Amino acid sequence: MSAQSSVATATPADASGSGRDKGSPVGTEAKSARPALTGTGAVHRLGLLREIPVGEARVYAVGDAQIAVFRLRGDTLRAVDAVCPHAGGPLADGQADAGVVICPLHAHVFSLATGESTSGAPPIGCYPVRLAVDGTIELTL
Amino acid sequence: MTITENVPGTSTAASAASTVPASAGVVPAQRAHGRTPAGGRERLVVVGNGMAGMRAVEEILARHGGDLFDITVFGDEPYGNYNRILLSNVLAGADTEDEIFLNTPEWYAENGIRLRAGARVTGLDRYARVVTIEDGAVAPYDKLIIATGSRSFIPPIKGLAGPDGRLPGGVFAFRTIDDCRAMIGFAEGRRTAAVIGGGLLGLEAARGLQTYGLEVHVIDAAPTLMNQQLCAEAGGILRRGVEELGITVHPGARTAQILLADDETGHETDDQTGGDAGGGTGESAGLGRAVGLEFADGSRLDVDMIVVAAGIRPNVDIGLRGGLTVERGIVTDDQMRSVDDPDIYVVGECAQHRGQVYGLVAPLWEQATVLAEHITGSDLDAAYHGSKTATKLKVAGVAVAAMGLKDAEHPDDEVVRFVEPRRGVYKSVIIRDGKLVGATLLGDTAKSASLIQAFDNGLPLPDERLQLLFDIGLPAAEVGAAEMADDAQVCNCNGVSKGKIVACVKGGMKTVPGVMNATRAGKGCGSCKLLVKEIVEWAADGEVEEDLSANWYVPGVPLDKPALMAAVRERNLRSVSAVFAALAPDGKEDAASKMALTSLLRIVWGSDFIDERDGRFINDRVHANIQKDGTFSVVPMIAGGVTSPDELRRIADVAEKYDVPMVKITGGQRIDLLGVRKEDLPKVWADLDMPSGHAYGKSFRTVKTCVGKDFCRFGVGDSTALGVAIEQRYHGLESPGKLKLAVNGCPRNCAEGLIKDVGVVAIDGGRWEIYIGGAGGAHVRKGDLLATVGSPEEVMMLTGRFLQYYRENAKWLERTYTFVPRVGIEKIRAVIVDDAEGIAADLDARIQESIDAYVDPWLEREQPATAGQFRTSLPLITLPQVPVR
Repeated sequence: MSAQSSVATATPADASGSGRDKGSPVGTEAKSARPALTGTGAVHRLGLLREIPVGEARVYAVGDAQIAVFRLRGDTLRAVDAVCPHAGGPLADGQADAGVVICPLHAHVFSLATGESTSGAPPIGCYPVRLAVDGTIELTL
Repeated sequence: MTITENVPGTSTAASAASTVPASAGVVPAQRAHGRTPAGGRERLVVVGNGMAGMRAVEEILARHGGDLFDITVFGDEPYGNYNRILLSNVLAGADTEDEIFLNTPEWYAENGIRLRAGARVTGLDRYARVVTIEDGAVAPYDKLIIATGSRSFIPPIKGLAGPDGRLPGGVFAFRTIDDCRAMIGFAEGRRTAAVIGGGLLGLEAARGLQTYGLEVHVIDAAPTLMNQQLCAEAGGILRRGVEELGITVHPGARTAQILLADDETGHETDDQTGGDAGGGTGESAGLGRAVGLEFADGSRLDVDMIVVAAGIRPNVDIGLRGGLTVERGIVTDDQMRSVDDPDIYVVGECAQHRGQVYGLVAPLWEQATVLAEHITGSDLDAAYHGSKTATKLKVAGVAVAAMGLKDAEHPDDEVVRFVEPRRGVYKSVIIRDGKLVGATLLGDTAKSASLIQAFDNGLPLPDERLQLLFDIGLPAAEVGAAEMADDAQVCNCNGVSKGKIVACVKGGMKTVPGVMNATRAGKGCGSCKLLVKEIVEWAADGEVEEDLSANWYVPGVPLDKPALMAAVRERNLRSVSAVFAALAPDGKEDAASKMALTSLLRIVWGSDFIDERDGRFINDRVHANIQKDGTFSVVPMIAGGVTSPDELRRIADVAEKYDVPMVKITGGQRIDLLGVRKEDLPKVWADLDMPSGHAYGKSFRTVKTCVGKDFCRFGVGDSTALGVAIEQRYHGLESPGKLKLAVNGCPRNCAEGLIKDVGVVAIDGGRWEIYIGGAGGAHVRKGDLLATVGSPEEVMMLTGRFLQYYRENAKWLERTYTFVPRVGIEKIRAVIVDDAEGIAADLDARIQESIDAYVDPWLEREQPATAGQFRTSLPLITLPQVPVR
């Protein structure tokens, strides 16, 4: 799907507008999207660390994928699918700690390291993410 | 105020109520006719100031009867209204006289009721529509309530009473507070007493007299104690229990005569009750003094005093004088009116309904309610259909529950009986056609609640009848858990079945929160939590691991709320991360604890709280309520539900400008703009130019009001103004759970104040009732009356004080409907109203600090609090589509 150049540019989420009035079917099948996102190995430069408040997350559209990047306390970064597989909740709006994020809609809990749910929901995808020397967040997808 | 000048005003009547001279409210006979109803209201005369009459009056007042009727109450006894049932406690010294009074003279005055205590009504003229008082005065009525109750039955035993009904010295009835006082006064220094009557009252009298060191004999003409309720076998077991207490029982004893001595004692007592049958004073009244009893078999029992507790007889004289149909009681229809006169109601022990005369309190409450519904016109179809009576009480230290039949009547009546005389336990049930028609429990009444339910409602009974008498193996609740089908849905929010919960437990999860987290059962509205707990306990087969965290304020910090608040203050912890670092195991942060800690720190520190935005739930980060598609709902503040054309115009413009898919009137009397994009929130707030309505947080939300007195023809208080003022003062304050309030302008409860966290009800006379702990959501509960106050200022003050007490003491997410019953309304009243702990001023000061620290969060539209605060978190996803309405 997004087999582009090795360093792609990502779109900050608000440039695309939120989903309410999007008629496009793109990404509607959140559950099936996950396997498709693996294995291309491209590195995407998402934006600067300061765009994400400490302890919160922001969402980036990377090609057809939507990735929530969490900036944990201590400045650890975590990247996971932006959409909860249970009922489509926005995980980036969830509360997180060093280990998990809690979906804001129905409180399903997901490990930020493995994607496994401790509350019985299907797993979410997790992606390698790091902070480049220039302060840019780099995601491998 | 609708009280007219001939009704005692609230300020002057307090002292007057119990001492009104015969002229007030009562006119000489010749002036009775032609007197117009007071202030356009009908004249309601109540004969009888006992429990039934006053309950009826209270029910009438609750239905706004104060506006309809000018009420006069006549009471035979020279007192306010007291709880006659508790007289045996007074005799036994367990209650003082003060404790059993129900309504004080002030209460009558405050409700505009003329109380004529000590004025006995002796006549009724239905054609002139007047009642006659014993001093010859008459009182005209438009509606009459007869609630004359009963008097002691004095058996026709030679020497027990004089020809005029007066009792000899040393002989007492047991019916009134005067009887009680006289007995107590006489018992001092006496050695022996006999109680005639082995029923409930007789046994209580016997037990009470023991308190004064008397040797007590119970003389029971029946072969069995509590013959009305108990079969012979149960009565025998009760007798053993009673005798173990040192009371001698004489069953089947026929008293031939009372032995009297000429009275030479010169004992000084005041005879205040005159010729009142049953009004013994200990004084001889010229009849001599009782010194013993002689039985039919010629044997004698010497005693110093005799108490007559041989049953009661309805007081029906007034009915007879008025020419009403009287059998055992005054005969009524289903609306509790005399069958002969639609303007005369009869209630309580003097009423005979469908052949039944009731002597218990529960039927009387039901009658009073029907009477009030009908007389006030609240429900002209209200009807009383009779009561099934069940009693549960402790008699002479023995627990007794009895309902319905005491013995089988038909050959095919099923009887299940268990008897263990050594322990004083007797249990029996009588079943007819698969329905419970009678039950007796003695010594162990643990099953009484479920039996009373089965008896009242005709519930189906377990095939194994033994289960009616015992909880076999498991406590009652767990039998329910065991009996549920595996596929029965337990959690209706998250669709979790019993089978799923059981599987989770069998899979090794042995704590209740662990199962709740893993299955999500009980994680929706929470109303099934108790059932989930029972199923887990049942499935774990007694191996439930104690959940130490149950008392923690949050799961991530092992401290309960008081300890946590103390540590936060002591160690000066002003941010969520500081709390984790200092108090959590290994300093580990916990996502599920952050929101609760944010709330707590804000309550403790006010504006000195260090706000870390990741500590907030998304709703509190963007000050709107997240919806299923990731959009938000926007509810501007409309205090008290009062808005203006200008505001409505702005709301309409915003809805069009931002393509708001749904505009909805909320249950809290506000307007909800649903489906607003996160990135539009700041612009929407700016265009609305209204403050936040806080329809998203665990905080003070809204005050619902009714129209109030400016427009409503029933309103007695300015509910809208008060509601607006309360909302403006307290809105947005964070709290352990959300707070929804209401102010009603009258008791009709149009604003639903009785089911709110705090509900205020205006009542006639410029007064306000404050209810707390009500709920009308997943859990329904009527609020408890905290206080009745005289001004809106007091309402504001007590509301704020209660809110702060709740904020500081409730567990996280514990709504007031759980908090209030947990702490207890008496305790809360003591703290909030009476300042029993001396903290009222501190509570007032601290809530004022919170009010002063409040800033409208929608002002963040000017300058976002964090980078990308309003950036969408669902960029490209089309979610389950919410239809545009």
